[in-house]
Amino acid sequence: MADVTTLSKEQVFDWLSEVTDPEIPVLTVTDMGVVRDVDFEGDEVIVTITPTYSGCPAMKTIENDIEDCLEKHGIEKYRVITKLSPAWTTDWLTDNGRQKLEEYGIAPPAEKTTDKSAITGGKKVVKCPQCGSTNTEMISQFGSTACKALYKCNDCLEPFDYFKCI
Amino acid sequence: MTKQEALYKYSLRLGDSTLILGHRLSEWCGHGPKLEQDIALINIALDLLGQARSYLSYAAEVEGKGRTEDDLAYHRVERNFHNLLLTERPNDNWGNTIMRSFFFDVFHYYFLSELTKSKDEQLAAIAAKSLKEVTYHVKHNSDWVIRLGDGTEKSHKIMQDAIDELWDYTGEMFDMDEVDETLIKEGIAPDLAPIKDKWLQKVKDVFREATLEMPEVQEWHHTGGKMKGIHSEHMGYILSEMQYLPRVHPDATW
Repeated sequence: MADVTTLSKEQVFDWLSEVTDPEIPVLTVTDMGVVRDVDFEGDEVIVTITPTYSGCPAMKTIENDIEDCLEKHGIEKYRVITKLSPAWTTDWLTDNGRQKLEEYGIAPPAEKTTDKSAITGGKKVVKCPQCGSTNTEMISQFGSTACKALYKCNDCLEPFDYFKCI
Repeated sequence: MTKQEALYKYSLRLGDSTLILGHRLSEWCGHGPKLEQDIALINIALDLLGQARSYLSYAAEVEGKGRTEDDLAYHRVERNFHNLLLTERPNDNWGNTIMRSFFFDVFHYYFLSELTKSKDEQLAAIAAKSLKEVTYHVKHNSDWVIRLGDGTEKSHKIMQDAIDELWDYTGEMFDMDEVDETLIKEGIAPDLAPIKDKWLQKVKDVFREATLEMPEVQEWHHTGGKMKGIHSEHMGYILSEMQYLPRVHPDATW
């Protein structure tokens, strides 16, 4: 059993960086910024998480995986709290996370802030994760999961997922 | 009416509208005209269902009688549902489905933009979260209204017919009663009158681009769902499908 009184937030964050997203296994929950905070109350560890999308079906699995991770490291008392505010944004994806996404074949969010072009109709440049071409076009605003849009590359002709900005 | 009663009913209304529209859209799963459109509608349905869970969990918490989001979704009868009648309209054809979502999404977008300023922290948090998702819904469904309205003669007619069929259900979105008034005074709920003006303007702009005719705004409209729990003949079928499993197998777990 781990001694919670001498445990640091950094240590717990470090443990949680082993927990991967069930739908995008190259990303960890800390890469995604889903883990918002780690706190201690007596001998209890409290992890605060925030959902990427309201209806994200992976949240329950992420919660269970975090609990398993804490148990594996000898934590006996823990709580995982879900918090909606501030709302999750793709800005919280770490640079490391963005790079891993691209290597995995998913184009990372093209802009740093919430993508206003979704409502204003502006055009943004999305780079093909396969060949690097910027000659790409959107097939659908909605892709294989809530967080992704579907694109295709006009040069290498491969379709690919784009992690859309929210 | 106490603030707590009003807050419970208000959260319930929001939860019911998003739940029922989400359920309606989920009926397209496996039936979309193209794979991408099938997936898009189901993505939107999932967002709405997630939002409904947030509202219904909060309603249950405010009510304080030990009920959960599932009790509210699966163990209420028709008369206790307070969704907008628009959200329970049948899917019919693709045009009706798109138009129904378009009318709701535009309202939803402007409404949530205001609700983010609510003095109730939880409602403001749900609104801020949902707004990001709804931004994509408005764009998607506006694009379809324009593409089909300004498309072929046949698609134009289907969209114009959809407007005629659904227009009289849009007024209910802006109805206000004691629940709204109680919460407007507390700075929790937004006034729906200025939201209606924004809604009308956006709908007008999209219809102009889609070469569709804007109907006249009349005082009369269908009402009853949101405030009284009086529904159309379609509601019972929705509930029997949605509630069948938890009612027949109350002990079922994942």
